[in-house]
Amino acid sequence: MLAYILRRLVYAIPILIGVNLITFALFFVVNTPDDMARMQLGVKRVTPEAIEKWKADRGYDKPLFVNASAEGTGRLTETVFFQKSIRMFVGDFGRAEDGRDISREIVTRMGPSLAIALPTFVLGLFVTVSFALALAMFRATWFDFWGVVLCVAMMSISGLFYIIGGQYLISKMWKLVPISGFGGDIDAWRFLILPVLIGVISGLGSSTRWYRTIFLEEISKDYVRTARAKGLSDAAVLFGHVLRNAMIPILTGVVVVIPLLFMGSLLTESFFGIPGLGSYTIDAINAQDFAVVRAMVFIGSVLYIIGLILTDISYTLVDPRIRFE
Amino acid sequence: MNIQGVILWSDVFIWLLVLAGMAAGCWSRRQPPLVAAFKRVGQSRPGMAAATFLSVFLLVGLLDSVHYREALPGKEGEPKVYSIEVLSVLDGLLSPLRSRMEKTYSEPLATRAYAKEMIEERQADGSLRSLRDYPRLRHGGAHLGSDEGRAGEDIAGRGLRAALLAAFLWMLLAVAVTGRVAGTASVSRKEAWCQIYRGETTFAWNAVLAAVAVLLLGSSLLFLLAGEYHVFGTDKVGQDVLYQVLKSIRTALVIGLVTTLVTLPLAIVLGIIAGYFRGWIDDLIQYLYTTLNSIPGVLLIAAAVLMMQVIIDTHPQWFATAAERADMRLLALCFILGLTSWTGLARLLRGEVLKLRELDYIQAAQAFGVSDARIIARHLLPNLMHIVIIALVMDFSGLVLAEAVLSYVGIGVDPSMISFGTMINNARMELGREPVVWWSLIAAFAFMFVLVLAANLLADAVRDAFDPRMG
Repeated sequence: MLAYILRRLVYAIPILIGVNLITFALFFVVNTPDDMARMQLGVKRVTPEAIEKWKADRGYDKPLFVNASAEGTGRLTETVFFQKSIRMFVGDFGRAEDGRDISREIVTRMGPSLAIALPTFVLGLFVTVSFALALAMFRATWFDFWGVVLCVAMMSISGLFYIIGGQYLISKMWKLVPISGFGGDIDAWRFLILPVLIGVISGLGSSTRWYRTIFLEEISKDYVRTARAKGLSDAAVLFGHVLRNAMIPILTGVVVVIPLLFMGSLLTESFFGIPGLGSYTIDAINAQDFAVVRAMVFIGSVLYIIGLILTDISYTLVDPRIRFE
Repeated sequence: MNIQGVILWSDVFIWLLVLAGMAAGCWSRRQPPLVAAFKRVGQSRPGMAAATFLSVFLLVGLLDSVHYREALPGKEGEPKVYSIEVLSVLDGLLSPLRSRMEKTYSEPLATRAYAKEMIEERQADGSLRSLRDYPRLRHGGAHLGSDEGRAGEDIAGRGLRAALLAAFLWMLLAVAVTGRVAGTASVSRKEAWCQIYRGETTFAWNAVLAAVAVLLLGSSLLFLLAGEYHVFGTDKVGQDVLYQVLKSIRTALVIGLVTTLVTLPLAIVLGIIAGYFRGWIDDLIQYLYTTLNSIPGVLLIAAAVLMMQVIIDTHPQWFATAAERADMRLLALCFILGLTSWTGLARLLRGEVLKLRELDYIQAAQAFGVSDARIIARHLLPNLMHIVIIALVMDFSGLVLAEAVLSYVGIGVDPSMISFGTMINNARMELGREPVVWWSLIAAFAFMFVLVLAANLLADAVRDAFDPRMG
């Protein structure tokens, strides 16, 4: 098991290097640092000196790959590629446009992101799996039919509508909870309730339908018929057998997103004014802060790869037949 | 000629797609399994009702994809000067809607503005009196003159006429369809109508006719009312919301369709050669898509769009008009979405090819010395078509929804381009007003909902018909 995890971690290295190369190509080769400087400085202040100063402030004034003017290892380390890309592997993301350290910012913003994302994830999973189980239990009845119709309708509604409509109805009309904001103390739940609720509702349609298909596929298998023939009740079969066997396809989709919860949700966080990583990313996109976007891309892929490894490990927990050698 | 044709790049792609769709249609007519599958789609009632709605959206989108510039009025003999405003055939048809601007917000079907203003009124004795009231709209209900109280009556009358018109047109169509069904099944017209009504025909005519009834009613209502009123109200700068909604359809279609034009070749070529040749080619392609996949989609799109913006902003000399620049940005967005979303389909195709290449008929073809290219084209590709078609229709609705979100985040279409995303983004702030300006938001969401719902229903019908596992 340990050997397997180690091997997977080793496999992750070329992928991370690939991600790094892609972002490097996007940010430094497609556009030269000069282009970025012109963009950031605006039209009026573009002078060669200003561009040079902008580049020097951010360390973009070095050659891209090989520094011919440096000595020894400096030939490779005193370059944009080494300083900006390779150092991301050790968690050094540099500074944002406003001069703050990106790594520290990420650490402080993880908390609020998780405060929204974790309850949304847990509650959402619980609600959708229960709803899908109910649909599967009453399959081929009017309940199932209208349940599926509801799911299709719900997945056709834009996520923006849930957020805007929910904020308007619950916060503005009924004044039940604050419209946006975030508090660190015990009162924080009042800010969290609405985004979590909306997050659960907006994911309800597509996931319920997906789980229902998985359950129905499982129900049509022979072991279910055997269990029913033995005289087990419908509910016992559903919870005792079908749910457990359907765990593998469900886990494939679910576990991989758990690490990504740290990244927060772009839309929810920016609409509700939550100082998490999602709103950090949006602000960076709007301010065209290349360093922050680059850092978030890198962290996102690291978390995704961790998610893939966790998925494999979780298989062994639910399916004793799977062993990693 | 008083107009000059303008070909935008996205028009080229849209019409290329139409041509490709027709070619694929002709090709699949000669493939019996595909014909059978398409017939199964034709049997699905929700699928066919959705297809009817989608074809209307497509028609609007295609009308909006033929662009021209009008000549400015000038003297005889002078060289013609063309307006820098790029119009489409749809703009031409909707020119009353486009040109009748109000000052600012007005409610749907209103005759007076949304906000009070100082207005001066000439009294009977000739003196001017100023008072604070809701001013009359310049165009909304202007035909009523001073008789503004009759607006409700007028609207009801127009509604009734629209219903009658729709009923008449629908009857004509129903008679034509019944005649056709009666002709092909060689039964009496009455029997044919009963079959359609009970849904016993092989093609789901009853669903199509029901959808057409709804569409006819809606469009004739809009047609009779939009001439004199702002049916969905006006936005902040006084532009008709109905016009904006209709213009948004093309943007949504371009995003949903042109993206697949980028996705399909990449996914098909890479997926097939990875599965067929295996070995180091497979490793390389797998590495490529695992790497791309491991970057969270939104972030990769954000990074790519930011970079594209830098390129566009630093090269203003490439674009003659603002419309061309906005168009290029839309196309670039499609390419970026396509480049980031081919991985899923490629993985599916690779898995399927791995399975197929071990089957006897492929082994036999290899033993006979058929070339790899020929095996792929003749034996593999037709057996992969169902996966491609399912992926194509399933992706469409997701892309339309993604456009709205991306435009909100600021990495979507150009802010000057009318789309559902920009409409929602502009209207979002207006919910804070008192009384609430709800109409542009609701109109955008409603049209987007209908479009996406229709796409989802059609996708389900197509998946059920093409997926061999569904039986």
